[in-house]
Amino acid sequence: MTRSDLVVVGAGPAGMAAAAQAAELGLSVTVLDEQACAGGQIYRDVDRVVPLRGDILGADYVHGTTLTAALRRAAISHVTGAVVWAIEDAFRISYTREGRGVQIEADRILLATGALERSMPLPGWTLPGVMTAGAGQILLKQSGVLARNAVLVGSGPLLYLIAAQMLRAGTPPKAMIETQSRGDLIGATRHIGGALRGASYLVKGLRMLASIIRAGVPRHTGVTDIAVEGTDKAEAVTFQSGRRSHRITCDTVFLHHGVVPNTQAARSLGVTHSWNTAQQCFVPQLDDWGQSDRAGVFIAGDGAGIGGAKAAEHAGTLAALQIACEAGRLSREERDRRAAAPRAGLAHELAARPFLDAAYPPYAPALLPDDSTPICRCEEVTAGDIRSYAKLGCIGPNQTKAFGRAGMGPCQGRYCGLSVTALLADATGRTPDETGYYRIRPPLKPVTLGELAGMNITAPDTAEKEKAHD
Amino acid sequence: MKTASPFLELDNEPRVNVVFDGNALSLPEGANLAAALMAAGVNVFRHTPVSGAPRGPFCMMGACFDCLVEIDGTTKQACMTVVTDGLEITRAHRDGALT
Ligand SMILES: Cc1cc2nc3c(=O)[nH]c(=O)nc-3n(C[C@H](O)[C@H](O)[C@H](O)COP(=O)(O)OP(=O)(O)OC[C@H]3O[C@@H](n4cnc5c(N)ncnc54)[C@H](O)[C@@H]3O)c2cc1C
Ligand code: FES
Repeated sequence: MTRSDLVVVGAGPAGMAAAAQAAELGLSVTVLDEQACAGGQIYRDVDRVVPLRGDILGADYVHGTTLTAALRRAAISHVTGAVVWAIEDAFRISYTREGRGVQIEADRILLATGALERSMPLPGWTLPGVMTAGAGQILLKQSGVLARNAVLVGSGPLLYLIAAQMLRAGTPPKAMIETQSRGDLIGATRHIGGALRGASYLVKGLRMLASIIRAGVPRHTGVTDIAVEGTDKAEAVTFQSGRRSHRITCDTVFLHHGVVPNTQAARSLGVTHSWNTAQQCFVPQLDDWGQSDRAGVFIAGDGAGIGGAKAAEHAGTLAALQIACEAGRLSREERDRRAAAPRAGLAHELAARPFLDAAYPPYAPALLPDDSTPICRCEEVTAGDIRSYAKLGCIGPNQTKAFGRAGMGPCQGRYCGLSVTALLADATGRTPDETGYYRIRPPLKPVTLGELAGMNITAPDTAEKEKAHD
Repeated sequence: MKTASPFLELDNEPRVNVVFDGNALSLPEGANLAAALMAAGVNVFRHTPVSGAPRGPFCMMGACFDCLVEIDGTTKQACMTVVTDGLEITRAHRDGALT
């Protein structure tokens, strides 16, 4: 079995920056990512795609090429197409690549697994043609595929970003159906100080908004009662705006009301998580360097709490400095000296977050959906089912598994986990922290018997033990 | 199944022939299979095992498993699969656990 000083899971900005920094300081580094190219969600396929449509995607996207270049230069082994499904002991990482199981050992691990779109369960959201806004962006970035007749539903900067990109590509969205209200914006002004310190974000956001308005894309704000209509696919979105009911026909619906940390791997390792009220999600408990309460387990980027791509990059660098320091490659003084710049950068990036979180809160009816709305897409469990379990005495997500199959499908609760916690907490009057989250166990992604059979586990293990006895 | 595509394709890659549920399609070689099928006008990728409800890709990042299809008897996430010549794809079985 091969061994690295550091194994990084995820080749997004956090993972790439960390790998480059750690390798520069002399550590052997392996980066595992299930995607075929480096970049993560924001810089998906950046090296291949910049020449094709860097102009549509914008300068922030093109910045990703500096990170992928660093990943190539340094002494880093980047394994593409590697689906990590187990991290055990301290540490043996199992992944699948091209239909075969592989294992690698590491002294330390950095989880840079990024974010997932916050699930947005509303009537009709499981129909074909309804996707996350992030999926719409991935279609554009990776495949050059654009929805001709799409509406954007929800709230947040990413919604404006995809609208602006669709405009530049010549396929503007048919409408923006926005859930944030004037009251949210007024409430957010108490964070205006931070917003001004992170002013570059606001300027960018306002520019995008101006381009959307200039292009004449209809915007509806403070929208409620959203539902998607259709039989075999999405056909229209209905909603209330002010006192008027609207119905907009479309082929594609892009949903977005924020992103949340992807905590599956960290949870499988027993890292403690706590509820973040401002971001309405669980985040792992970490120190200033991204070190968790499990020795040797570091977490950086959006998987540690939502901060965006530049923040992820800085956090990745900081984690790598501490990892190198622990590994004896860097004195504490040198670590602190090198940490000053990324720390300042991180503070700058995070300054505007409280404003953004308050101005674009999640769509409340999708946090506690109607009884008939499915919240678990895999097993088709509805919000009403979860409420009925609570009436029968169920107080935590793991107990729901005794009542029904929520969270037991292939996605392992990635999209229903936070909904189940919120519904149970609401029904029992307990806090999300008291209510807890699904217990996550490996495999993190379904593994086939063929992949397990192809795995070379015993041979290298025995060989190593024999060597030790010699 | 195949309707006018609700999607516009920017790239112009060479095409290869694949079969989806008995229908011949010509898709860009090396493309993301889920994106290519959608661009070719395929909406419904599978029906759920529980209620038989239609599903198509939702996340495009390997997390939701709504894009499952069957290729050579194996259930795969179309959004994590690359288009190659001669792929024979069927809609995932209703009872289709991952095999
Ligand atoms: C779909 C989507 C699109 C987004 N688009 C933008 C955008 O255009 N602009 C923007 O500012 N922000 C965007 N964001 C927000 C984004 O989360 C951050 O800006 C940034 O990508 C965070 O970087 P990261 O390094 O923390 O994680 P990511 O960039 O998300 O990278 C995480 C990587 O980990 C890999 N991974 C996760 N689990 C496993 C596993 N088990 N095995 C192997 N690999 C694994 C993933 O394949 C991924 O490449 C998007 C988020 C999502 C979910
Ligand atoms: S579309 Fe979600 S896993 Fe493929």
